Amino acid sequence: MRTFWLLVRAGFRRHSTYRLALLAGVTTNSVFGFIRASVLLAALASAGSAIGGYDAPTALAFVWWGQALLGTVNLWGFAEVKDRVRTGDIAVDFLRPVDPQMAYLAGDLGRAGINLVGRGVPAILLGGLLFDLAWPPSALSWVAGAVSVVLAVVVAFAGNFVINLLAFWLVEIRGITLLWMITGGLLCGLYLPVPWFPTWLRTIANWSPFPSMLQNPIDILAGRVVGTDIASAVAVQVFWAVALLGLGQLVLRAGRRRLEVQGG
Amino acid sequence: MADESLSERLRPYRVLLASRARAQMQYRASFVTDILGTVGVGLAEFAEVWVIFHNVDVLGGLDFTAALLVFALSNLAFSLADMFVGHLDQLPRFIRAGQVDAFYVRPLPLLAQLMTSDLSLRRVGRLAVALVALTVALVTAPIAWSAATVALIVLTVVSGTAIFSALFTAAGGLQFFLVDGSEFTNAFTYGGSYAAQQSQQVFPGPLRIFWTFVAPTAFVAYIPAVAVLGLPGDRLAPHWLAWCTPLAALLAWAIAGLCWRLGTRHYQGAGG
Repeated sequence: MRTFWLLVRAGFRRHSTYRLALLAGVTTNSVFGFIRASVLLAALASAGSAIGGYDAPTALAFVWWGQALLGTVNLWGFAEVKDRVRTGDIAVDFLRPVDPQMAYLAGDLGRAGINLVGRGVPAILLGGLLFDLAWPPSALSWVAGAVSVVLAVVVAFAGNFVINLLAFWLVEIRGITLLWMITGGLLCGLYLPVPWFPTWLRTIANWSPFPSMLQNPIDILAGRVVGTDIASAVAVQVFWAVALLGLGQLVLRAGRRRLEVQGG
Repeated sequence: MADESLSERLRPYRVLLASRARAQMQYRASFVTDILGTVGVGLAEFAEVWVIFHNVDVLGGLDFTAALLVFALSNLAFSLADMFVGHLDQLPRFIRAGQVDAFYVRPLPLLAQLMTSDLSLRRVGRLAVALVALTVALVTAPIAWSAATVALIVLTVVSGTAIFSALFTAAGGLQFFLVDGSEFTNAFTYGGSYAAQQSQQVFPGPLRIFWTFVAPTAFVAYIPAVAVLGLPGDRLAPHWLAWCTPLAALLAWAIAGLCWRLGTRHYQGAGG
């Protein structure tokens, strides 16, 4: 556990080196926040009433929490593990006394931490300053929202980790990564809230792990999901975190048996 | 040397581009995957528009067909610009690795070399989605066809591509200052593309001014689409303004040229 914590801190420090990049991220996220907020408000004005449970303040909260958490939750994936599998460096990870999956998870939590502080907080403050957005309605929503964000980071990491490990069997996983990114981006609730989807698409989204990566924490923080519904939103996330981490362990073990590193 | 013809001067670029194109076709499976990937990106972008219109009938004064036309025109221009100069995005990597110096020792201008350093053929996927959307929009929309309409559409696609290319070039020039903060410029390249595919009526005043006069992406799709469809009701987008699209492209390129010049002046080399 102590090692895990040390690795989290190392990840935090590693990614905090690039402060200008964090500021750049905030800027870009805010510009997209402005555009998306304008579009959603126009849609609500055109509908004349709430759509899918979103009125103007919750829709604005949806947009700005989404932009704020975009850097925290690694939706677009990472290539580090895939590259290490291809070069054979993953063998070094296997030799270490910590489980590779846990080590990378710790690093990713650290990365998420600095991005939340350096990118998420400024973005949501800016959104809150310029727009009249809905804040979490109670202390419970804040706490559950925080837990939900951590789970979202874990689910996104665990999913991407499995994708990266496919490099054990495939020479080039770019196509699969792309497919994962495109479906994920659409179904996680970054562009538009999942409840706005037509029924069939919403069903697909709800059976996928993607809403657990963004839509669930946003809904809790925006106060659209309250009371006992919070418990079920978090439970779904726990399910996906456990399932994908477990799948990752299985794939990692199978890949380890298959791995053959040449050289001396 | 003075009587060297234009086609002779352009020959190195033709050879370079042809070699880039051939290189991408070498790994057939990978190339097909990439194309499918950009088709997916285009479809995801379209899904966003479609989901909104699943909930409302009109958005920012546009019905679905009009919004489809705006979506198609902006995506067409963006994917063309992305194909020709989108790889200027890679500039921070070249700067950090000191590879820009290698371009400087070659006997061709830096910008021209960087532009022809790649031709991202995989973008034809997104281009195809945009073309299908454009066809559907033009067939279903009630357009009073005339030679002027056709000319306006062609003019729009050409100028729109020029506008997005200018934004990419301006972003490239600024990279010489930013390096680690390369993501800053995404705000107006990718952000601009996202703004271009919206009805400009959704934006509050200051944002509209920004997307019309500073990063003129309103000219890429919305303003011409309003004119082509003959839509009334937007005081800030009179129909004659659509014909000013080339002026917007010129303005964008003036800014881009300035940014690029400042950036390359600032660049000191990687040393060593």
